[in-house]
Amino acid sequence: MTRRAIASTENVLPPPIERYTLLGWVYKNLFNTWYNALLTFLAVGIIYAIGKPAITWSLEQARWDVVLVNMRLLMVGQYPVGQIWRIWLCLHLLAAVGGLSWGVWIRGYRLWSILFLAAVLGLAWSSSMDGSAARGHLIALDVIALAGFGLGRLGGKRLQRTVINLWIVYFPLVILIVRGMTSAEGAVPVVPSNLWGGLLLTFLLTVVGILFSFPLGVLLALGRRSPLPIIRWVSIGYIELIRGVPLVTILFMAQIMLPLFLPADMTVDRVLRAMVGIILFTAAYQAENIRGGLQAIPHGQYEAAHAMGLSGVQTTMLIILPQALRNVIPVLVGQFIALYKDTSLVAIVGLLDLLGIAKSIVSQPQFIGLQREAYLFVTAIYWLFSYFMAYLSQRLEVALGVGER
Amino acid sequence: MRKLFATMTMLVVFSLVLAACGGGAVPTAEKVIQTVVVTAPAGTPQVQVQVQVAQAPGFGETLAAVQARGTLICGVNGQLPGFSFLDPSGAYAGFDVDFCRALAAAIFGDDTKVEYRNLTTQERLPALQTGEIDVLIRNTTWTLTRDTDNGLNFTGTTFYDGQGIMVPADSGITTLNDLEGGTVCVQKGTTTELNLADAMALNNVTYTPAVYEDVNQTYGAYAEGRCDAVTSDKSQLSSAAKAVLPDPENHVILDVTLSKEPLSPVVRHGDDQWFDIVKWTVYAVIAAEEYGVDSANVDDQRANAVNPEIRRLLGVEGDMGPKLGLSNDWAYNVIKLVGNYEEIYNRNLGPGTPTFIPRGLNSLYTDGGALYSPPFR
Repeated sequence: MTRRAIASTENVLPPPIERYTLLGWVYKNLFNTWYNALLTFLAVGIIYAIGKPAITWSLEQARWDVVLVNMRLLMVGQYPVGQIWRIWLCLHLLAAVGGLSWGVWIRGYRLWSILFLAAVLGLAWSSSMDGSAARGHLIALDVIALAGFGLGRLGGKRLQRTVINLWIVYFPLVILIVRGMTSAEGAVPVVPSNLWGGLLLTFLLTVVGILFSFPLGVLLALGRRSPLPIIRWVSIGYIELIRGVPLVTILFMAQIMLPLFLPADMTVDRVLRAMVGIILFTAAYQAENIRGGLQAIPHGQYEAAHAMGLSGVQTTMLIILPQALRNVIPVLVGQFIALYKDTSLVAIVGLLDLLGIAKSIVSQPQFIGLQREAYLFVTAIYWLFSYFMAYLSQRLEVALGVGER
Repeated sequence: MRKLFATMTMLVVFSLVLAACGGGAVPTAEKVIQTVVVTAPAGTPQVQVQVQVAQAPGFGETLAAVQARGTLICGVNGQLPGFSFLDPSGAYAGFDVDFCRALAAAIFGDDTKVEYRNLTTQERLPALQTGEIDVLIRNTTWTLTRDTDNGLNFTGTTFYDGQGIMVPADSGITTLNDLEGGTVCVQKGTTTELNLADAMALNNVTYTPAVYEDVNQTYGAYAEGRCDAVTSDKSQLSSAAKAVLPDPENHVILDVTLSKEPLSPVVRHGDDQWFDIVKWTVYAVIAAEEYGVDSANVDDQRANAVNPEIRRLLGVEGDMGPKLGLSNDWAYNVIKLVGNYEEIYNRNLGPGTPTFIPRGLNSLYTDGGALYSPPFR
């Protein structure tokens, strides 16, 4: 399109905004033809037929006490009760950094943030929190998040770099706090990883998986496009080997076969083995996703960078990767959501992640036969956080202007 | 600069691939007896670590390792009601778990010094072979193949499991003969199906087997009332089958056993001292029930008992403990902290628990069961 053509469209009016009353909207969208009306009735009938028994069951028949009684197990597994303040500390830090980011970047979306904070407060006031320290912590979470939000708004763009640095420091710090560093007598004694469990373990597996598989994936993607044959072959070999086997076999390999090959006295921590398996697996997939982004960069970009006198590393780091990665954010996040859900496979190899704990608590004699309640709760948690990740990725795309060029 | 980057990338990728595939160099898990000296970086406490590759432990090594570590690592199922599970406080409980605790009490005089490992069916034997766990107490049936081929030793039966039959409590069925003309739900292609046919033929009972492809279908069919009874291992009936039922409390397991499934703790070949410790801890618990010693009266018995067997068991006379490499009050600690066999059984599988299984073979030999402890002498 020529410049003149664009200029001539400037005086054209935008399309009119359609406005309806509620009834008008219902008529236009649900009952505009006889067959749409029929479909609407059919759909409502099906939703009613499925929804009513589900709601009746969950409100009247379900015995949610299996979840309420075991809430601590589901959240942190066997993490020592005396040390749970460390998990809360991580959450408070998260609220602070999250609140700051909210204030710096996202600003608006008042409805969502108010709803979220209200949900946390509602949790604090729910009956299951009676007499526990959790209520105070939950309220503190809200206060800290709000304070962070206020600070972020005041600081504005000047704080951007600081907040990014805070995020970079945050995750290693969390792992340090959860694991501990001193011997039994110190303030933060080491909590061995066999006591990590529940949602805590699921999150740690996810976070470590994301943090390490991403750079590894970038390296493999670059390696696969490298002009040097050995690097290329090794990268291709690795990617195709890992993509050729399911994650569960890698986990089995790590849990059962690996110890057979290692010396008898040398035992690698089971959680660490699962983490390495997940990282190696995800990296192969991420490499291919990133390679897709690399291929979308026109060759002119390389040539222009060379013409500017940039070296190979500079070209890759400053010109190619930023554009390539921005293009594949939806795929990358999709893979990370898949990784989050795939961590549930560690339950098969005997680790007590969220699903593993759910399997364990339904074998408590007093709760035999309550699988549905426990698994439904776990499903809800998985959905909640997967959706949250998807939502964040959408915000990230808007902030980076993906799809606008 | 570009070359440097390329070289670095190559090095990183190459080392990763090496790390990922490094294990593949050893083709099988056969015992490669070989001593490797690993030199740790200067400044660390151990300067040299002797590592033996997949070698069976020598006499006394397991106990020494457990004592040095300060905890016993016990492999359990972790998801089997009544036998091992996580209670809401986050502690392990159950019949198998109580034997882990008994072992820790015998070694340390403290039944809490146990680290539990949840193991799946596939993982359980390799975990023991590779030394990840010290002892496996995970509803594992003692068979000749497992006892020999896998380099393992079964120490002694803690629970005589066996195929049982579950019926609705109000059906009035109490023996196999009451099933005359009835239908029994059973899983296809299992020894369970064959055992049922054998037992029914022996007792001259005509019945209709309702055969299903998998466990859940079998239990599901019974739950829907398509058969008069369902058959499976008793430990399974008391947990997995009841989990499928809408009214588990209205079903009972008959006091009939159709097959032999002795469940036993397992240790590695090679360390006979450790084998003895696990074996005699189980016997101590059984002997305590034989002599009427329980956690409530054990202090009184230790002070006042005249029976020399009890005095030797509790370490008042003789040196039974040191013979095992333990202190002389090892059995006293086991009984004091965990209890005798009857207490362990009733706590986890006894009447009044949701996982009730009639004691049957798991009674003392004096009551018609199969529990029998060799003498403490």
